[in-house]
Amino acid sequence: MTYVIKGETGDWEVVIGLEVHCQVISKAKLFSGAATDFGAEPNTQVSLVDAAMPGMLPVINEECVRQAIKTGLGLKAQINTTSVFARKNYFYADLPQGYQISQFDQPIVGEGSIILDLEGGASREVGIERLHLEQDAGKSLHDQDPKRTFIDLNRTGVALMEIVSKPDMRSPEEAGAYLRKLRSIVRYLETCDGNMDQGSMRCDVNVSVRPAGSTELRTRAETKNVNSVRFVMQAIEHEAERQVGIYENGGEVVQETRLFDAQKGVTRSMRSKEHAHDYRYFPDPDLLPLTFPQSLVDEIQSSMPELPDERKARYVGDFGLSPYDAGVLVQEKDTASYFEAVANGRDAKLAANWVINNLFGVLAGRGVDITNSPVSAEHLGELIDLISDDTISGKIAKDVFDIMLETGDAPGKIVEDKGLKQITDTGAIEAAVDAAIAAGAAQVEQYRGGNEKILGWFVGQVMKATQGKANPGQVNKLLKDKLDT
Amino acid sequence: MTKLTDLTIRGALDGLAAKEFSAAELAEAHIQAMEAGRDLNAFITETPEIALERARESDNRRAKGDALGAMDGVPIAMKDLFCTEGVLTTAASHILDGFTPPYESTVSANLRSAGAVMLGKANLDEFAMGSANITSYYGPVKNPWKATDGKDAGKDLVPGGSSGGSAAAVSGGMAVAATGTDTGGSIRQPASFCGIVGLKPTYGRCSRWGVIAFASSLDQAGPMTKTVEDAAIMLGAMAGHDPKDSTSAPMAVPDFAAALSGDVKGLKIGIPKEYRMDGMDPEIQALWDQGVNWLKAAGCEIKDVSLPHTKYALATYYIVAPAECSANLARYDGVRYGLRIPGDSLDDMYMNTRGEGFGHEVQRRILIGTYALSSGYYDAYYIKAQKVRTLIANDFKAAFEDVDVILTPTAPTPAFALGEKQEDPVAMYLNDVFTVPTSLAGLPGISVPAGLSKSGLPLGLQLIGRAFDEETLLRAAHAVELAAAFNHKPGREG
Amino acid sequence: MSLDKDTVKNIAYLARIRVDDEKLEPLAGELSSILDWIEQLQELDTDGVPPMASVAAMKLPQRKDVVTDGNCRDAVLKNAPDPEDGFYTVPKVVE
Repeated sequence: MTYVIKGETGDWEVVIGLEVHCQVISKAKLFSGAATDFGAEPNTQVSLVDAAMPGMLPVINEECVRQAIKTGLGLKAQINTTSVFARKNYFYADLPQGYQISQFDQPIVGEGSIILDLEGGASREVGIERLHLEQDAGKSLHDQDPKRTFIDLNRTGVALMEIVSKPDMRSPEEAGAYLRKLRSIVRYLETCDGNMDQGSMRCDVNVSVRPAGSTELRTRAETKNVNSVRFVMQAIEHEAERQVGIYENGGEVVQETRLFDAQKGVTRSMRSKEHAHDYRYFPDPDLLPLTFPQSLVDEIQSSMPELPDERKARYVGDFGLSPYDAGVLVQEKDTASYFEAVANGRDAKLAANWVINNLFGVLAGRGVDITNSPVSAEHLGELIDLISDDTISGKIAKDVFDIMLETGDAPGKIVEDKGLKQITDTGAIEAAVDAAIAAGAAQVEQYRGGNEKILGWFVGQVMKATQGKANPGQVNKLLKDKLDT
Repeated sequence: MTKLTDLTIRGALDGLAAKEFSAAELAEAHIQAMEAGRDLNAFITETPEIALERARESDNRRAKGDALGAMDGVPIAMKDLFCTEGVLTTAASHILDGFTPPYESTVSANLRSAGAVMLGKANLDEFAMGSANITSYYGPVKNPWKATDGKDAGKDLVPGGSSGGSAAAVSGGMAVAATGTDTGGSIRQPASFCGIVGLKPTYGRCSRWGVIAFASSLDQAGPMTKTVEDAAIMLGAMAGHDPKDSTSAPMAVPDFAAALSGDVKGLKIGIPKEYRMDGMDPEIQALWDQGVNWLKAAGCEIKDVSLPHTKYALATYYIVAPAECSANLARYDGVRYGLRIPGDSLDDMYMNTRGEGFGHEVQRRILIGTYALSSGYYDAYYIKAQKVRTLIANDFKAAFEDVDVILTPTAPTPAFALGEKQEDPVAMYLNDVFTVPTSLAGLPGISVPAGLSKSGLPLGLQLIGRAFDEETLLRAAHAVELAAAFNHKPGREG
Repeated sequence: MSLDKDTVKNIAYLARIRVDDEKLEPLAGELSSILDWIEQLQELDTDGVPPMASVAAMKLPQRKDVVTDGNCRDAVLKNAPDPEDGFYTVPKVVE
């Protein structure tokens, strides 16, 4: 599925790289002992270090280091046992130190990769350039006062992992798949909650275009802080078209920072700055190079949870699921856990079908996630047992499922109470079959004349007579036996 | 009995122990001296109430027989670069107008728990940037010493810098001892100019937490005292590992005073030939030679050593320190504390505040540092300087394979007149030619008063030690002190 | 290394220091003379020499992930020039 922009001069392709800021899950901040919880009263989670009071010094939080290593391992990346914190110098109201402590030429994590799960079960690898640790900035509130901007430093100094992809993506869909996969990995690892609404995952989108088939890298524009998968895809579409338009009108794309206007679905240039940024990175003299032994990396590696790719492979290999279904089930760790609870000791394909084709629709309709599913994994498993041991047919099961949604009752109880048990008594079915054949002389004629499709009419008659409870397999077999003789 | 304001730390502790006077009396005597010496402008903020309260607490401890700290009841001046809880802290800068920290620096807190009594906040060069204490927003400090002869006779002299207020306070009998900080010589050079002892410990020995930063990789707090023994006592009270400072060395604090055995027989003293600069003042050369002879006479072995990259140290320093300061001083932006000069926009407010709040020398260094780090110049300036810094540190490493201590002059001249060298920044920077290399290498250095110039001004000798070997350094300094028997006092009555 | 007025103006902006136009020229002169003097470093061959990372011969210490600080809004805002409702304030920023 190549993504092509049809221009007047020919076809263009888009080159996309993403820089994603993931807020590290930790109790305290990267370089101070203040809390990281979301939503506290302004400036209550601020230490003297975060407020950059004179003489205050940073001391690194070991958990943030572990989380970065863990994430690096999850991205199959090179872990650098020596890395360096650098100061990135710029003035902004929510940056109290006047510099951000970040990593520049020696990040904690180097090159790695991510496998994208694409439409139709296809997959594709995207390179990771690096992951580095840095401090988050504070929050500016512009709408509290007509003349002033208010500053809340609660978020200042919270650890971020900036994860930079290589410019390997070629369509908005791939960028969306990348974000979803990255989110899935950090959530599996429990290194970031992946919550884009609360800003714990934020995305900068680098886009350039080039004539289809060419290998050059043209000037890119960076769109900052795009905060949902959908917006990222929209921003790319708009940006690609904008750039193609510029080139086709004989212009040049300028390297710049742009903002995404979510209301209009367009990117726009930030107010043109009189001076370009010059961040003047240099190693932070308040900190020494960060070093740790390989044994720490090994220890973290040995305690890594199963990640979505491995789990998907297991679902395909062990359970015989299609890559697409497996991909859908593993995306969220909670979904995968639910599925495994349902599938445990049962027909996994049947379990997958029920989760994907029945449960997901219900969840989406009710706007709840799987941890708040109205049907427990235990009940859904029981329902599948009832199908597998022929207590009910698949068709009846759907009715039972609907009742389960309404009442929350166990499927066994529903089947019992409503008398929905499948009729497997050959005598009873045979009677209904005989009655159907007797009533349908014309249809018998047609069947014997070669119209096998008419068999469905007989099945329908039998089901009607048994309120759908006759075992469909037995009905079919008996009908054929009798009609064919 | 010695005048209370002439007492050393050792003398004060002995007198207090013998109940010859109380800590309150001792504090009171120094408060009076501080008030009488206001024309020297050694203090930015006087804290007599705090001094008397803490002195009385000390007296109570002593009376009750409670455990006493290593400096219990000793009145000291605190360089106004140390944040002190509830007491105005300025770094001698307009930009910190009204700043009262809600916290206490680790070093000043350590001194307080050792029982030291704070008399006030000592004047300094703005943000510790200077070598003459003429860049303070609160005005220059005057040296208690006056030249008795020569072109500067009778003129007001600079005390050196940046810890000029601290040096003047101790030299002028306004404090028994003082804290200083040293980035390129800011303890040792003013100690030399004012005829006192100044010790810059090994980088990492004293915590930088709560000390207003100038250049983080160089800044180090240390004692400024009347004797080497006092320096040993006070360093013990200041030093110690601090988990709040990532560069604080996780090392135990030895009993520095116990190291002053007086015995330096067999100690190998290095004389770096590169410090014999062209055009060196013959007086300084003679003093240095005298120092060599004293140590030889005390049984030391004198060896020539080479520190080949010495001549590049100052230029290196004037890249590294400004680069770090350009970032360290970015936090003074008018948003959270100190001066704010309003502006129409955020940038306007920043530029107004920083344009007005920082003095000329501070601005100059911020601009040099900003330039040295800027795109296209970073490698040529900053990286180059950090490479040369490696070479300088390696020079010392090699020299200390052969010797235990290195002996040099502290400064190329005695104190000069207020108003001199102000026009030419580079001439001013040359004051630190002998002290800067040690700072770049993170090594401990001490200035000991060793003699008088022909004009009647004190001159210091510098001794440099191995990293974290302040004990040997102090032992050798003590030997120089004994041999020099420097007992001159500034002309004025303290 | 000689700095011109525009370069000084640009550096001053990067450092957010207001320098009046008439002071740019003399300041450029001062900074140039300092840079000229620093230029002596270029005569030294430093190929293959690692830049100094730190004089402290130790490893970067790490802190446990425990909340030990914060919750001190009064201390944090105590010295602020224009605080309001628990916030710092600055002149309105237009993005």
